[in-house]
Amino acid sequence: MTRRTIRKLVNLLALGMSAVATAIGLIFLGAILWTLVKDGVAGMSAAVFTQSTPPPGSTSGGGLLNAIYGSAIMTVLGVLIGAPIGVLAGTYLAEYGRNSPLSSVIRFINDVLLSAPSIIIGLFVYELIVVPMGNFSAISGAVALAIIAMPVIVRTTEDMLNLVPQGMKDASTAMGAYPWRTITSIAYPAARSGMVTGLLLAVARISGETAPLLFTALNNQFWSTSLKAPMANLPVVIFQFALSPYDNWQQLAWAGALLITFAILVLSIMARVAVSRLGAGAGRK
Amino acid sequence: MAVADPRLLRWSETSEPSNRAEAMSSAEAFARHLAGQRLRERIFRGSTLAAAILLLLLLGGVVVSLLHGAWPAFSRFRLAFITKDVWNPVTDQYGALSAIYGTLVTSALAMIFALPVSFGIAVFLTELAPPWLKRPVGVAIELLAAIPSIIFGIWGLFVLAPALQNSVEPWMDGHLGELPLVGALFRGAPYGIGFLTAGIVLAIMIVPFISAVMRDVFETVPDVLKESGYGLGATTWEVIWRVVVPYSRTGMIGGIMLGLGRALGETMAVTFVIGNAHQISASLLSPGTTISAAIANEFTEATTPLYTSSLIALGVLLFVITFAVIAAARLMLLRLGRRALASA
Repeated sequence: MTRRTIRKLVNLLALGMSAVATAIGLIFLGAILWTLVKDGVAGMSAAVFTQSTPPPGSTSGGGLLNAIYGSAIMTVLGVLIGAPIGVLAGTYLAEYGRNSPLSSVIRFINDVLLSAPSIIIGLFVYELIVVPMGNFSAISGAVALAIIAMPVIVRTTEDMLNLVPQGMKDASTAMGAYPWRTITSIAYPAARSGMVTGLLLAVARISGETAPLLFTALNNQFWSTSLKAPMANLPVVIFQFALSPYDNWQQLAWAGALLITFAILVLSIMARVAVSRLGAGAGRK
Repeated sequence: MAVADPRLLRWSETSEPSNRAEAMSSAEAFARHLAGQRLRERIFRGSTLAAAILLLLLLGGVVVSLLHGAWPAFSRFRLAFITKDVWNPVTDQYGALSAIYGTLVTSALAMIFALPVSFGIAVFLTELAPPWLKRPVGVAIELLAAIPSIIFGIWGLFVLAPALQNSVEPWMDGHLGELPLVGALFRGAPYGIGFLTAGIVLAIMIVPFISAVMRDVFETVPDVLKESGYGLGATTWEVIWRVVVPYSRTGMIGGIMLGLGRALGETMAVTFVIGNAHQISASLLSPGTTISAAIANEFTEATTPLYTSSLIALGVLLFVITFAVIAAARLMLLRLGRRALASA
């Protein structure tokens, strides 16, 4: 074999392997989605949305109503707490403190928080809120989720504000506007769709989080709306029910898994569409 | 010339000397307006700074509160906490070695599986895929990253573990178990759950992260460099291996370490398939535990203060390990500029 043939063969082999690698990735995605849909749809029924989780020992019936409610409440609260702080901190990094040494440190800390294991955040909130309060509570779950959402929002806010053309901000300053007016009336509207995308990504991230809720919100077998009491939520219910010996519990776990994944995929796709629209808008300028 | 804003008209009128009193009050109003603006500016600026500093305090708070919670365990066991593998709630004796071992082994396995696949995907997406295929495949891989870890966990437990138990693991035991030196890795009863299964599930989870970063750094390679390679007669693979990879080495390592950070700290996916046995075993087929799985499984069942404290101490160890890895990764990626890791 000539050297040329060998090089061509190596090339073919390597590129073929990369196609195989991509196929492996897609096959796993397909396999997971297939199992979810197959078992999730089988576990789906009207009771899932109308009844609370079944009591221990009951081998039929039950639903996920309390868990769906709890997940929604804690996710919304988490974003309500995390978003204002995240947007303000992102604004500082992109505008007031763009070049200050403090900002470099905070950017680095934010990047670390962005990738920190979520179970650590759970332990932190346990020490911070659960121990002083004396019991597990929905509010501590929401705070844990807020801490996880915050770095995502800080990052996207800063990136999106940096994309706003300097000329627009300069024009506003030339009109005599103070920076706060320029930021709130010029920069925020210009960066809005990107910032909304960041919020959607943050919601997608926290709505499936399980580990930080295990020792903050815990779980609650009953319908509960009190923020000071433990609250049911989909991820922890899935965790407990999937490992249970009862068929109906496992079915509910799969139904919950399907619901949560479906919700997250829809959110991610919405965020992606928003970004591509943003990209198209920027291209036209 | 028409004056567009009636307010401007008023200002020019009031500057007439005959209207001095009115001019004074207008000037006062303007001064008040300015003072109000300045106050709002101070409040807004202050609150953005406060929010930014809150992030700093948050990380500081995490460190302090974990150390505070872990203090009883550390002061009781001292160094033995990380050198002993006894984990016995009945006698209140705790050593983290088996959990540390499990964390390192599962993460190492995950990296071994995930690295070639992620690299392949990044190469496929940047150099090989036709434009019409690029975007859908890229999005599909990114969606894999959006699926919550608990879903990987139940899928691993109900689908992957039985599959491995019935096919791969008996084959390993029968064929690889007799090999010299490495045989011990593959010997043992096929439980389905254990280090191997956890490693595979972790690999599936981190592939999207690593390949996204790799794809982004590959795309920063200037076309001129690649074209020079092709101009010299290099094949596509030679351009990738000799031009693209060396050029993007720092970014690739950063992305890999980011994936490693995730693997080390991942909780739910591992908890389902690791088996939760505090033991150190040479065999990859046997059950074990990891730091995060031990915390997730045992925290709400911890009956003594020392037990709880030991679990928080495990958290401290996890934090130290992941912080080192993530910090190194971020510093490497930082050198590339922040745009390159927008998708990480």
